[in-house]
Order: sequence, then C-alpha cells, then structure tokens
Amino acid sequence: MTALTHFRTPLLQTPFHARTAAANVLNRWGPWGGYMTALCFGDADMEYTAIRNGASVYDLCPMVKYRITGRDAAGYLNRLTLRDAGRLSVGGVQYTGWTDDDGKLLDDGTLFRHGPEDYLICCQERHLPWFLASAEGFEVEVAEVTEEIAALSLQGPCSATVLQAAGFDVFALKPFRMARFPFAGGEITVSRTGFTGDLGYELWMEPGQALPLWDHLMQAGAPWGIRPIGTDALNLARIEAGFIIANMDFIPAHQALREDRARSPLELGLGWMIDWDKGPFTGRRALLAEKEKGSDWVLVGLDIPGNVSAEGSILYYDKRAEAGIVTAAAWSPALKANVAIAQVKARHATGENLWVEIYALRELQYAKLMVPVTVAERPFFNPARKRATPPGRV
Amino acid sequence: MPMRSSEVIVIGGGVNGLACAARLAAKGRKVTLLEAGAAVGGGAGEREFAPGYRAPALAHLTQGLDARVVEGMALERHGLAFHPALATTVLSGAAEPLLVRGGKTSGPDTAAWEALHRKLSGFARVLAPFRQMRPVRLAGENRLFGLARQGLGIRGLGRGDFRELLRMVLINVHDVAEDELTDDRLKGLLAFDATLGAWLGPRSPNSLILYLDRLARGADPLLPKGGMGALATALGRAAEAAGVKVRTGAQVERVLVEGDRAVGVRLAGGEEMRAGLVVSAMNPRTTFQKLAGAAALDAGFFKAVGHIRARGAAAKLHLALRGAPEFRGADPRSRIVITPSSEAVESAFNPVKYGEVPGAPVMEAILPSAHEPGLAPEGHHVLSAIVQYAPHAPKAGLEAARAEMLENTLKVLEAQSPGLRGLIVHAELLMPQDIEARFGMVGGNWHHGELAVEQMLFNRPTFAAAQYATPLPGLWLAGAGSHPGGGIDGAAGWNAAQAILEAKA
Ligand SMILES: Cc1cc2nc3c(=O)[nH]c(=O)nc-3n(C[C@H](O)[C@H](O)[C@H](O)COP(=O)(O)OP(=O)(O)OC[C@H]3O[C@@H](n4cnc5c(N)ncnc54)[C@H](O)[C@@H]3O)c2cc1C
Repeated sequence: MTALTHFRTPLLQTPFHARTAAANVLNRWGPWGGYMTALCFGDADMEYTAIRNGASVYDLCPMVKYRITGRDAAGYLNRLTLRDAGRLSVGGVQYTGWTDDDGKLLDDGTLFRHGPEDYLICCQERHLPWFLASAEGFEVEVAEVTEEIAALSLQGPCSATVLQAAGFDVFALKPFRMARFPFAGGEITVSRTGFTGDLGYELWMEPGQALPLWDHLMQAGAPWGIRPIGTDALNLARIEAGFIIANMDFIPAHQALREDRARSPLELGLGWMIDWDKGPFTGRRALLAEKEKGSDWVLVGLDIPGNVSAEGSILYYDKRAEAGIVTAAAWSPALKANVAIAQVKARHATGENLWVEIYALRELQYAKLMVPVTVAERPFFNPARKRATPPGRV
Repeated sequence: MPMRSSEVIVIGGGVNGLACAARLAAKGRKVTLLEAGAAVGGGAGEREFAPGYRAPALAHLTQGLDARVVEGMALERHGLAFHPALATTVLSGAAEPLLVRGGKTSGPDTAAWEALHRKLSGFARVLAPFRQMRPVRLAGENRLFGLARQGLGIRGLGRGDFRELLRMVLINVHDVAEDELTDDRLKGLLAFDATLGAWLGPRSPNSLILYLDRLARGADPLLPKGGMGALATALGRAAEAAGVKVRTGAQVERVLVEGDRAVGVRLAGGEEMRAGLVVSAMNPRTTFQKLAGAAALDAGFFKAVGHIRARGAAAKLHLALRGAPEFRGADPRSRIVITPSSEAVESAFNPVKYGEVPGAPVMEAILPSAHEPGLAPEGHHVLSAIVQYAPHAPKAGLEAARAEMLENTLKVLEAQSPGLRGLIVHAELLMPQDIEARFGMVGGNWHHGELAVEQMLFNRPTFAAAQYATPLPGLWLAGAGSHPGGGIDGAAGWNAAQAILEAKA
C-alpha cells in the first residue's frame, strides 16, 4: 500500500514560495485554489500604497489556467464564451465570461491568444468538466496547465519603469496586449493586464524561472520601492477598480445550491461582453429571452456616507423592503470615499430611496446605522495612466 | 430567407415519421417526408433475407397501433387489416406447453392469472391517457401542481386500487410474479413480456411499468394481414393520400441552421432543401450529434444528448426452413415464447452486463409464413424470432458474439422443436450493432433510447427536448426516442404533430 501523506500538506506552495515565505513576516496565509497565498506580508496600508504610488508584486500562480489548442480553438471559444474569440488578434487579451445553457454566469476570466490555434484562459474557479463537455463536436484539446505556468502580477504607476530597468521595454505595449522577452536563457511573456485598475502588467513564465525573475525584479525595482503585496491590499484595489470575483460578488451557477442564486451576465453588469452577432453560443437563447423580458437583478456601484465599510450589509428600499445585498465594500483611500458593490433587485437600479443597514462593531457593541446610498459609476477609481500608451516614465 | 412554418420537412419514414407527416399534411401543412431507405416503414418493413424467403425486417408483431393514427389516417381504407390477435404458447423446459390468451389460461394458476391480468389491465387503463399527452415539464415548485392534477385523473381508481397502483408502479416484475403466481411458465411469460425490448432484467427496478405500458396498448399482439410490409405500405399510402410528398432514398446528412434557426436539410448527395420547420422522426441522439451539430446547440444540452442511454439487448433471428417446424404440438399461428422461468430470463440478462452472450437465451418466435403462405416457397416456412439478451458491446467482438448467439439460440430452439436445425436453408441473426448499422437505432435499442423510468415523460429523450420542440428553433422531434417511446405504434409521431399544430407559428 502506498503511504498517503498528502493530508499533511493540504495546501500547495507556489514556485515563488521560497521568496514569499521569507517576506511574510506576519505569517498571514490563506487558501486560494488549493495553494497557500499571502494575505498580508507586514503592512496592508504600505502594500496598498505600493499599488497606487509605486510598484507591487503579487503571486498569481494559483490562478486556474486552461490551454485550448487545435483547429477549432476559435470556434470552440466562441461557442463557450460571451465575446468573439475569433476577432481577438494573436498577442491580444480579452476579459470575458461564460454561462450555462440557462445563461447564468459560470465564471469570468481573461483569454490570451498566443497563436491562431492556441489560447489560454485564466480564471478563479475550476471548470475542466464543463470545458471538456463543451469540446464535444470540436477539434480542440483542453488541458489544465495551472501548475505548468508561474505568474506574477506587477502593478502600480512605476511598473513600466521598473520593467524597463529590468530589461523589458514595455513602453509600446498597449492595454490588453502582450509581448515576449528573453530572460535567463529562456523567454517570458508580459501582458498589460491586471486586477488593480491601475497601470500594470502580468508576467508569465515557466516555474523554473520564477525565483530568478523575482530576485531580478526586486533588485531592479528597489529604487521605486517595489514590494510584495498580499490579497488584502489587492482586494482593496480591486474594489476601487470595481472588479467582481466569483464566490464573492456572484455564485458560479455550477456551485449554487439554491436555484435562484445564479445570476446572468446581464445581471452582473457584464452585458457589454455579450456579442449577439457572432453566432450561437451556450446561453445565448436564454440571455436573449432575458434581454427581452428584463432581468431580475442588477449589479451596482454605491457611494455610502460615512467611513464604515458596508461589507455584507442588506439594502432596503424606503428603509423597509429588502432590496439587495452588498457583496464588496471598503473605505477607498484613493478616492476618500466609502464605496461598495451590490446586487439589487432590478427595479432599484437607480438607487432611489435605497438605504443600507450597517452594523458597526464598536468595542463589543453594535451601532446600527441606516444610511441612504447613491448609485455610483464603476470603476470608482479610473486613472488615465491605466490606459496611456506609452505610460509615463517615473 | 426563412420559409413559412407551413412548409415542413419530416426526416425518417418509420411509423412515427409517417404518422406525424400525415397529420400535419391533413391540417394543411405542406409536408415533404425524406426517408433514407428504399421504402418507408423503418422498423416495420419486410425484407427478402434469402432467395424466395421474406421476413419482417425488424418488428414482427405490434401491440396495436395508436387508435388516433388508425382513424386519423384512415388506415383501413388504405389496406390495413389484422389477423385475429395471436394467442401465446409458452414453452418452458420439459413442462407441458401452456396456451395463454389475454387473462385466460389453464393449469394451477388459472384464477391467479386472470386476477392479475385484470388488476394490471386496470392500472394500464389509467396510465394509457399519458401516452397521448405531451409530458408536463417539471420546473419550479408550482409546476408540481400540474403533475398532481394529472395524477388526480388516476384517482378515478378508488382509494384502495390507487394505493395498490402506487405500491406497484415502480416495482420489479419478478417480485410481482413471485407474489401472485406459482406456475413457472406464467412467471416466465410475465418476466419476458415486461422486459422485451428493454435493457433490464425482471429483477431490475421499475420493470413492471414496462408491462403496464405494453398492456396499455393491447392485451395480445397483432399481425397485419399481408405481413409487416403491408402495414408499412398502408401507412405510406395514407400519408400520400393526406398530401405528404414522400421521397425515398433521401438520406439527410445535415440540418441547415441559419440565424439560430433550423431552415432546412442537406441530403447525402449535396442537395439542399429548405422548409419552415424540420421534424426529425429518426434517432434523437443522431439528430443532434450528427445532423444539427454541436455549434448550434448549447453545451449542457449537447452533453445531455450524449448521455441518453441507448443499450439494445434484442437480437433478431430469421430462419428459412424447408418444412414446417413442430413446437411440441403448439399452434403454428400462435406466438411462441420460450422462457423456462422468471429466473431464466434474469439469467439470460446477466451476461450482457459484461458484454457476454447468454448460454440459454429466451425468445419470442412466430411463423409469419403460417399466416401468409406467400412469404416462402410452397411448403417452406419462415421463422422470425426476437432473442434476448444480446450484448450491445460484445467483449469478444461482433463476429464471434454473433456466431455464439446464433449457436446458443438454435440450441434452445432445437430443444423445443427437435429436428428444426435440419430444416434450416438459411439463418440470419442481427445483433444490436447490426441493427444500429442497418436501422439507425443507436445501440440497437428498440425505443431509439432506452424506455426506463428515468427516461420517460419529461425526461424523454432529455429534459430540454421532452415536449417535441427542441432548443433549436424550427427543429422538432417526432420519433420513438420521444414520449411515449417506440414499438409499431405511432403515438410519438402523432403527439409531435399535435404539439407543432398547437405551437405559435
Ligand atoms: C430487434 C428488434 C425487434 C423489434 N420488434 C418489434 C416488434 O415486434 N413489435 C414492435 O412493436 N416493435 C418492435 N421493435 C421496435 C420498433 O421497431 C421501433 O420502436 C419502431 O420502429 C420505432 O419507430 P420510429 O418510426 O420511431 O423509428 P424507425 O422505425 O426506426 O424509423 C426511422 C426511419 O428513419 C430513417 N432514417 C434514419 N436516418 C435517416 C436519415 N439520416 N435521413 C433520412 N431518413 C433516415 C430510417 O431509415 C427509418 O426508416 C423492435 C426493435 C428491435 C431492435
């Protein structure tokens, strides 16, 4: 009999673990997709500040990755996802989503086109059974490659400059494009993508290149105050950017136990993704019917008075009738505002007479606040430097 | 440009395709029926399997055509007539042959059989109307009321009988035989008839309901005058008289999809035909996987279609005989069922689970030439038998399994009809794989998808296509793969036509 020992290490370590563990002076770890991931290295405020004012690195390895190759790769992805994957040019990246037959969102993610018949999907949740089922009738190969690719996110206004100092000239790279650069006898891919709503890049490499690249970047970036960040700081940045996350802001349809918990892309503010004219795709008929009849829910950004985060709070119409729930919220240091993302019933989309009930815990006593909210446009934080090409040199 | 839905293409000229096409045409639709074979009929054809010997192509008896089809197509006017219903002779090992006609028989269980037959026929009568309904769809709690209301029709039974129906409806037929009978011959017959055409043994859960479904169609099987070929001819004539344009030798290769709608078909030769509606009365799995294709269908639906269970376990035997076989004094015009006991039926089922051939198969044999002398040369005969169980995926390979199945079948026949083997001029055995290749029945399954509780009603052939409409607008189903299943019957085709007529154009 084989000795079973996997239970002794229930969480895997990423290829960057030797460095992230050394930097994690608080030993604050959390699970993410079966891996250990740093929640905070030492000071969440400093880490957030690095995202918005300097340069930050975040270990992206646990992101789930699937490689789609073969003659029908583009056709397969067009049937699977909401956007037109055929019109994505080689070297391009698409933020996209996919639904079940009922048009309910299974996940969102980024789609990278590496070649005419070679794509990579990165996402939060695992989808192999669905991706394989969707492959029936198509000449494609679908493989999970999460462990074969190490990824590091480099975000912040100084990120382009840091990359240049490291020998990767990305100044010509436009948002949602990628390029390859030689590194340590091999190559790495750099894409101008990220989850912070700021200027930023993601670096993709073989696991063996992970530690040399980390060391190289930390050295090259030192003058700009580069520092590793944990999930806490990243979460604050993504809320400011108005991004949503599976199992936080929506329940993936395949995981929802209750029939009424699944949400469509139309209900999650992702309707803009849907390419109605590209031909048939899974969920199209259901989404078309929903578009005609109207959605039940809507995802909104909220501006809330005061400075107490409304995370998890219930929204009320006229202070009485339940109207929705806050899925993510934070006091935004960049905006000096109390912002939130919420799911509300569609008829409250305007936010008129909408209130949030916040339980503020103050030294073992709750103060119950009922405050009016206003609907605010997402992204809450949307700096020009996110889009500028070439980005500013600092 | 999409055509009006008054123009309809029906794919497949089996009994269901013909029934559906005829009904639509009679209601003013312009219908073209495309049949791949040289003649219409599908499972209900006739074939010369050896020079001078003709046998039913597949089905050799019917438990009764749907009455709406017989009447609505005026089939009698187009030449359909039946011989008197066949009695059954049960041959069980060395025991005396037993004659059974409906609830009437002889021997120690005479009274018990009559009582059981009466009780089950009563249940069958209350279930029969379901066969003619479009299945309700279960979605969300409130729809349950719809089903409950349908269920209330059953309450006409009276409280005690209703309770008894609920007790028995999902039970296995072997337990019923054990509870109600003592005579192995009758237990064997009950077990055989319940599992004929199914991938179930008498001890498999839910096997009794198939027997109720059989009784709902009729007590004793019927043979058309002139043979099964004559039934097919009558259906074809009636369809044409109703205005259906029938094209044989027209194999559909593709359903054309434009703007998220089925707009026509492409034939094997490349010819394209357009229509407002396309109705498939062939196998549902093949319809979606081969004709419509994955790209036009949502992934979840396409996956569900691939999961339609379709294992066939019925083999078909045709013997050309140079004389009349003698089955221990049995009436040569009766249906001969060789089934020693319910256990023997179960034992014949066991091997197919492992892809093997049973040593002593059970079977239903008729001598069509005893009713229709023209089917064989003067003084000669044709024997047609449905033999169970044959593996749909034989471990030993098709050729070896077929040879073994034929040998074991002939051994069983020889034991009940000594000297039969010496009369054989030609023998043909069709295994489930042969039947799939020749008749397009996936897995060689009798019903174009197993008829079993989990694939009945709103789950037939699969949830999202259970009401004859499919998720692809303009494409409909009308074959045995849909509710209420197969057999030479026509209910599925008639129901489909009804649903199409009721749909918003
Ligand atoms: C061994 C065996 C014995 C049986 N014995 C009996 C019996 O004794 N009594 C009984 O009631 N039932 C019997 N059955 C069941 C019966 O044959 C079927 O349930 C019945 O034929 C179903 O009718 P249908 O019209 O739905 O399909 P089918 O009869 O299968 O007709 C489908 C038609 O579609 C055509 N077709 C297929 N593909 C294409 C294409 N691409 N383009 C154009 N046309 C196409 C086929 O050629 C066929 O004519 C038996 C089945 C088996 C396997």
